[in-house]
Amino acid sequence: MPNPRDPVEVHDLHKSYDGQPVLRGVDFTVERGRMYALLGPNGAGKTTTVRILATLLAPDGGAAYVGGFDVVRQARAVRNTIGLTGQYAALDLLLTGRENLVMMGRLHRLGRAGSRRRAEELIERLDLSDAAHRPARTYSGGMRRRLDLAAGLIAGPRVLFLDEPTTGLDPRSRATMWELTKGLLGDGTTILLTTQYLDEADQLADRVGVLDAGAVVAEGTPEQLKERVGTERLELCFADVDELRDALRVLGGLTDSYDEERLRLTAPVLGPRQLHGALDALYAHGVDIERVGLSRPTLDDVFLSLTGGAPASPAPDHRFPAPTSAADTHSAEGPVTAR
Amino acid sequence: MTTTTSTTALPLDEDRLPCADRSPVDRVRLGLSDTLVLIGRSMRHLTRNGEQLVVAMVLPLVQLLVFRYLFGGAIDTGSTEYASYVIAGLVVVSVCFNASSTAVSMANDLQEGIVERFRSMPTLEIAVLTGHVVASVARNFLSITIIMAAGAAVGFRPQAGPGQWLGALALLLLFVTAVSWLAVIFALVTGTPEGASGLGLIIVFVPYLSSGFVPAETMPSALRGIAEHQPFSPLIDAVRGLLLDMPIGDSAWLATAWWTGALVLLVPLAAALFRRRRLTV
Repeated sequence: MPNPRDPVEVHDLHKSYDGQPVLRGVDFTVERGRMYALLGPNGAGKTTTVRILATLLAPDGGAAYVGGFDVVRQARAVRNTIGLTGQYAALDLLLTGRENLVMMGRLHRLGRAGSRRRAEELIERLDLSDAAHRPARTYSGGMRRRLDLAAGLIAGPRVLFLDEPTTGLDPRSRATMWELTKGLLGDGTTILLTTQYLDEADQLADRVGVLDAGAVVAEGTPEQLKERVGTERLELCFADVDELRDALRVLGGLTDSYDEERLRLTAPVLGPRQLHGALDALYAHGVDIERVGLSRPTLDDVFLSLTGGAPASPAPDHRFPAPTSAADTHSAEGPVTAR
Repeated sequence: MTTTTSTTALPLDEDRLPCADRSPVDRVRLGLSDTLVLIGRSMRHLTRNGEQLVVAMVLPLVQLLVFRYLFGGAIDTGSTEYASYVIAGLVVVSVCFNASSTAVSMANDLQEGIVERFRSMPTLEIAVLTGHVVASVARNFLSITIIMAAGAAVGFRPQAGPGQWLGALALLLLFVTAVSWLAVIFALVTGTPEGASGLGLIIVFVPYLSSGFVPAETMPSALRGIAEHQPFSPLIDAVRGLLLDMPIGDSAWLATAWWTGALVLLVPLAAALFRRRRLTV
């Protein structure tokens, strides 16, 4: 029986497309007024999960409850509870920003006057006042996302789904979206966020579930996740195998991966002191380091430390350094029209 | 950014209760409201989509001029002036061209993603389709008005009384609505704008193979058979007859039967196809 206190409950969700399993038993719960991030690479099943929760897709197995309502049997009630925003939830490009929001409000049964009022509130709050009278097709990427967010918020939903809200945005727009998202929790909204960015999950979420190949493989607070992955990643390169082995001996359990062919090892470090300690220890033992590198941990590193290898998700190669700005990759499950 | 208004503290009024708790009367009222909103949306698209409006207005004009001036002199339509004879057929052909526009609009919508958003909302599902159909009917009546007005300028002389005008327009309304639903179905089945535009190519030839442009007696017997028994012919004959105050026999009844039958089949089919997309896509 669903716990009436938890706005989102997912139990053993299964879904296949064309015989290919996409969700293999997804389990998680989101507590009232919290933000839960589903973190995973493209193809992991994030968008499919959100679509099922938004009653756009029927699961093949398992159960999901939003606002206490069953997404399959009480879909209408669920639709009255949720707001949707992100990659695939779209806007009418021929209408102006304001017209879009008023229309969404009316379709949420807010009435003409109510919709106009809410539209103005959100236009101001999301900094769209200058553009509200222009057709949505003239908007920049960041503005479209904000309008999209406004459309999701128009009916004051108890549960909000944010599907990859900053993928493809420039750093400034990303920062803006983060600020707005944090503000939403202050209103008591419960939020499910999906993302491929570790720093986004870290910054915004109360709890993180790591999704890989259709199942949650790890769960915890961002702090717990960082403890495993480190706030920085130290990468050391050596001139030969002996030096590498010496270093491994010195560092012991600190290392989480090494490669004898490429003559390198990586270790998560939780801050400058640990970094300092590691390098000091190596120096003290006379280990000769050829090159030192320091980087922010990426989704790859999450998987590396959790599973010792790459994600199992059937996605195109994602072994890139942390995306800096527009190096976005569209979800392999794709927006609604993907074939 | 500090705000004095909360985005979630909306008063929970009756309209926003889950549907299970609402009376059937409320459900109908809200469904109608959704339909009106989505009709408004499609109508705004109509006026903001320049390309489609041009097709709706210019194509019929060009057709009129070609048939009236280029071919009209050579075709013998008995006691009726060709300019008057051909109006009904031209109207039907224009409707078929416009069907293509409707199908493409619908397919674009399906691809965009906004329809998915509507589906995650309490909105009445079929209202999306109804919006497109109503805008299509409006677009078609715009074309019809242009044809009749331009036709009058080049020789079309209607002889109809008010009752006959009403009859002709009612038949056209029935026809246009049915074709619009057909266009929507085409878009649902093909799924892409490119596929949907194929509808125009197929459907537009049928009216030519009728008594719309040349009397059926002048056709070879095989074609005449088709011309006399296809669904567009009674419609064209009835509309022409009503507008020119000529005997129409039972063509009006035949046309009504054909096109009402079509509507009765097409609307539930469209609704079912639309619903099925949700579950499988």
